[in-house]
Amino acid sequence: MRRALVDALIELAARDERVVLLTADLGFAFLEAFRDRFPTRFFNVGVAEDNLIGLATGLGADGFVPFAYTMAAFALPRAFEIVRNGPVAHRLPVRIVGVGGGFDYGTDGPSHYALDDLALARALGEIDVFVPADAIQARDAVQAMSGCAGPVYLRLGTELRGVLPIPARAFEPGRIRTLKEGGPRSDVCLLALGPTAFDALEAAPLLEAAGIVTTVVAVSSLRPLLVEDIIRVVSGARMVVTLENHAVEGGLGSLVAEVMAEARLRPRLWRAGVTTRRFAPGRPSYLRAQLGLDASSLARRIGEALREP
Amino acid sequence: MAIRQAILRASRRANRGHIGSALSVADLVAGIVHALDLGRRPEEDRDRFVLSKGHAALAYYAGLQQVGILGSSALDEFCADGSRLATHPDRGVPGVSFSTGSLGLGVSYSVGSALAARLRGSSRRTVALMSDAELNCGLTWEALMFAAHHRLHRFQIVIDLNGSQAFGATSDVLDLRPIAARLEAFGFRVDEIDGHDPRQIREALEMPADGDRRPRATVASTKLGHGVSFMEGRLEWHYRPMTDDQYHQAMLEVGPSCDERSSTR
Repeated sequence: MRRALVDALIELAARDERVVLLTADLGFAFLEAFRDRFPTRFFNVGVAEDNLIGLATGLGADGFVPFAYTMAAFALPRAFEIVRNGPVAHRLPVRIVGVGGGFDYGTDGPSHYALDDLALARALGEIDVFVPADAIQARDAVQAMSGCAGPVYLRLGTELRGVLPIPARAFEPGRIRTLKEGGPRSDVCLLALGPTAFDALEAAPLLEAAGIVTTVVAVSSLRPLLVEDIIRVVSGARMVVTLENHAVEGGLGSLVAEVMAEARLRPRLWRAGVTTRRFAPGRPSYLRAQLGLDASSLARRIGEALREP
Repeated sequence: MAIRQAILRASRRANRGHIGSALSVADLVAGIVHALDLGRRPEEDRDRFVLSKGHAALAYYAGLQQVGILGSSALDEFCADGSRLATHPDRGVPGVSFSTGSLGLGVSYSVGSALAARLRGSSRRTVALMSDAELNCGLTWEALMFAAHHRLHRFQIVIDLNGSQAFGATSDVLDLRPIAARLEAFGFRVDEIDGHDPRQIREALEMPADGDRRPRATVASTKLGHGVSFMEGRLEWHYRPMTDDQYHQAMLEVGPSCDERSSTR
């Protein structure tokens, strides 16, 4: 995904001279290609996330389109107030790239996890939030930003998980993608945010084997989000499951719960996500299993829930 | 109308405080708005004047009014319901590039703006007026390091060294002396002036022609509430609005002789 981002940025910068890339000392073995191609439009600001966003605000106010690159663990969690008073309050086309959403930096431990970044982004209100599932969506997300007058938060994964089975135009802001259609009377509708779509897709055959009719939907942006599309896919399902590499508070699960409540939809809802901060570090695949977010855990929990009266 | 009178009048009309801070920077603001080109050149080449200590917005508005960027009656709207002219500046106000008020952010924005000028090949200048207490903020120093590292020599900070912050004397809260030496160590070209002396202010705002590529810092010694005897150096005037009696007394003290001095070019 990072490779795809850099390729897309180089392509964009070649077309649009307003594009400037700032990094808070992150990007070794990824950003060099951009730096070498556009040395006057690349700035490593040092380990200074607050200033990263402050500088981007200054540049954005002057007609530039700054990309501010740092870890998802620091971008919004550390610089939250600068983001709020800077790009958001000034409505500037600043693109904040947070690398390593969720527990992707698994063995690095909790200082490097971003389990609250999406909640922060949603609390900011007027910032678009893109969470691509794969490299193709990441590329398309960068291209789609040309249509965003205001700020964008782009959350990237670091794990290589493959490419989603969806046709061209893989990413459009606000649009959800049905990866597996279970029909209007699905037993379960799984809404998976970003790269967790791969776990949902893995869980689907396990569920089907147990006789559970399953729909899988990939969600790749939290703002904009076409609420009617969410209502359409969850309507009729016996159970709705949201899946995200993020705390259950404030991310996709919260958003879907709000949408369902306001639309008076009452299927059983399970917000699958991170529910504790007390867990030992490990590789992402290990953590998924530990936290009950891998395919087999999902299939088991959903099966149990559907057997309940 | 002279800048101090405009500040006092708007403050009284709106019954709002922050008078001490506004009077502290009044002479600096007057100097800056006259030294920079804030309205003549095309927008992208106009100099930028950022008030990082947003709580002194009254002085900022009065200064922008002096050079005609804000209309002569603009301050009548100060703090009126629905008015853009709040106690902290908003980007929607003519002449205001950045909304400030959260301390420490304006300097970082300004450095970004100075970097934008460099990238555009524009020779415009960026001047950020900040409080001494903003030197408490880590972000301020992050921004200063960036400006020095990239030799943004058309960027200048002016520090309103009034020695007073919201809940005490700066020397009691977090003593940052020697400030000039610290700034110099961070790669700035530093001068120290009397922040109420128009001649010294004017000289500090001239662009040196000696090829020095360091960004500049002007450490301007000032007094909170300068020009009004009962406000000078008194912390409560960071907060309090004036009574009618105090207003009349203050207006007498900043009378015509002060007018001329603070608006001298």
